[in-house]
Amino acid sequence: MLITSRRRLKALLATGAIAATAALVLSGCGSRADDETPVAAAGAAATSCIDTSGDTVKLGFLNSLTGGMAISEKTVSNVLHMAADEINADGGILGKQIEYIQEDGATDWPTFAEKTEKLLTQDCVAAIFGGWTSSSRKAVKPVVEELNGLFFYPVQYEGLEASPNIYYTGATTNQQIIPAMDFLAAQGVETLFLAGSDYVFPRTANAIIKLYAAELGIEIVGEEYVPLDKDDWTTQVSKIVAADPDFVFNTINGSSNVGFVKAYYDAGLTPETTPIISVSIAEEEAPAMGHEVTGNYASWNYFQSLETPNNPSFIERWQAYPASSGVTSDPMEAAYISLYLYKALVEAAGSFEVDDVNAAAAAGGISFDAPEGTVTLNGENHHISKPGHIGRINADNQFDIVWESDGVIEPDPFLEGYDWFPADVRDALVAAAG
Amino acid sequence: MDALLPPLLNGTALGALLLLAALGLTLTFGQMGVINMAHGEFIMAGAFIAYMTQLLVTSSNISILLALPLAFVGAGLLGLLLEIGIIQWMYRRPLDTLLVTVGVALILQQIALQIFPAQGVPVEAPGWLDGQINVLGYAWPLRQVFTIVLAALCLAALAAWLKYSAFGRRIRATVQNRDLAETSGIRTRNIDRVTFFVGSGLAGVAGVAASLIGGTNSQMGTQYIIPAFLVVVAGGVGQIKGTVIAAWAFGIALSFFADWTTGSMAQVLAFVLLVVFLQFRPQGLFTVRTRGLT
Repeated sequence: MLITSRRRLKALLATGAIAATAALVLSGCGSRADDETPVAAAGAAATSCIDTSGDTVKLGFLNSLTGGMAISEKTVSNVLHMAADEINADGGILGKQIEYIQEDGATDWPTFAEKTEKLLTQDCVAAIFGGWTSSSRKAVKPVVEELNGLFFYPVQYEGLEASPNIYYTGATTNQQIIPAMDFLAAQGVETLFLAGSDYVFPRTANAIIKLYAAELGIEIVGEEYVPLDKDDWTTQVSKIVAADPDFVFNTINGSSNVGFVKAYYDAGLTPETTPIISVSIAEEEAPAMGHEVTGNYASWNYFQSLETPNNPSFIERWQAYPASSGVTSDPMEAAYISLYLYKALVEAAGSFEVDDVNAAAAAGGISFDAPEGTVTLNGENHHISKPGHIGRINADNQFDIVWESDGVIEPDPFLEGYDWFPADVRDALVAAAG
Repeated sequence: MDALLPPLLNGTALGALLLLAALGLTLTFGQMGVINMAHGEFIMAGAFIAYMTQLLVTSSNISILLALPLAFVGAGLLGLLLEIGIIQWMYRRPLDTLLVTVGVALILQQIALQIFPAQGVPVEAPGWLDGQINVLGYAWPLRQVFTIVLAALCLAALAAWLKYSAFGRRIRATVQNRDLAETSGIRTRNIDRVTFFVGSGLAGVAGVAASLIGGTNSQMGTQYIIPAFLVVVAGGVGQIKGTVIAAWAFGIALSFFADWTTGSMAQVLAFVLLVVFLQFRPQGLFTVRTRGLT
């Protein structure tokens, strides 16, 4: 009897272990970044199968519509559809109507690589638009480079990259992180606490922040990381209370931000005593945090509240769009830019062929009157010039602009124009980012 | 002492939240042996019910108190639906149950993503939970105290129900020996359903507590499911007192490790500790003594 009951217990425990493993798979399938990326046999690169003989051109949209990143990437997908509809209504690109193929990256980086290959070799799309996480971009990169495709990436990121096959329409570090630090210096901040999610963007951003802080004479009084999928920040916030910094630099991403802001508010910290500056809380994210985030700051290039010539009609069109989320934000605006930038490139090249498009980029002078202002493509590093803005979150979850950069900031993904950024650190960071 | 107090208190609150998440599992997994991977999504359902209650009753002072019973019933009904629709056909096939409920979890996540704003919704904490109490010089957030009180109340209610009510006796009888219980006139099918209802309902209550601490969105359930299962296993399957001790110890360990190292390293160290513990004591803290013949 004892033996049989033990066996039953063992079986139960074994199934428990399986359950835990399955749970790891269930929740962790989005966190692999180093899986091998399937790439078609070498040689495929030479021949392009882009077919524009008809009156349409095929484009691929690659966004996570399921899984953890869907909360962010759905909006990017929707605004790409809107931009495509607008361009089609306006006569298309080189007179050809856009026929888009929407693929789901499913928050799984190998899937991003597979879908990229599928879009390029089976659907023969002329270009692909999408991605959000750096892991997704790094999964797509070797595939578009191998197959000589084009990928337009719309999210601010950690920089230190310039692929001939990728166009980056979000900010690189010198267009978001460095303006934020300039703002802090202008505020007379002396002590800074760094709080981030534990992955490549916050780690790289903080490495840059620490170097620039030393240059500006700002003391870093703490640095904390929590895994991306964890909401509990209570212990780290206790450390912030103890360190009592002038400002908190927040590079947390996703839902973990909500846990951070709640723990910060619960601990009695306020924007009056210990304000936060974020680089991932925009108009889309702020409502999920309620009044507890009000009064804190964010650094972006675009805000819905910007008063530029093209912004009002952009907001109006987006709010009228059926799949609209109601508010505009920086990453979706960058995605909107990406499709129009591609249109401008193709029209300058007079061709959809990748090499012709890249030649048009290299020739320079490609620009677009975006909602954030006129942006110009840098033909060498494939990033765009952007204005820097700091906004303060108000009670309507909109941002009051409190600071802006002196004109647009030219993209410098490798921070070569900043002498406080040593070459050996750059090489180490580039090597670490893979 | 100064340095030890914050992680001790934070860890206790974290353990309380973990206990709330795991308490339902001590019933559905511990007592019934069902591996329900959608338990995390029942937590999510509870959090969204707290949000919907807040839409109806705009005063957050009252809505959170109303949300607790509503979330219990709502998540409980969801669990009942799962039991009647799927799990009752799979009682002797734990692996199939596991796979099916993983699927159910993904479906529930996607449904939540379609219905609610993608970035999640704000659940306002009541005004009477704003602020901190002073514990030996440390300003301890009231919401953490609330989580602990809530966990203690749920624990006491569950333990009393199992121990003193006629229904609790029948549940224990069924767990110990299903065939004998049936021959004694206990309708074990009813027992299964009610147990599953209560276990899932407790996940809903955990969801209300979680909505005050982290984000309320389609993905929120996934972060609780692994620790909750591990806590139940480490405590000894089916042993509520074991689950309590394991949850508290795990919360404390996480907070102290986070205090000494970083949040990421704390996760690694706490799980290593748990794995080492299970190596030496695979049956958990306490063992089930059953007279079952199978």
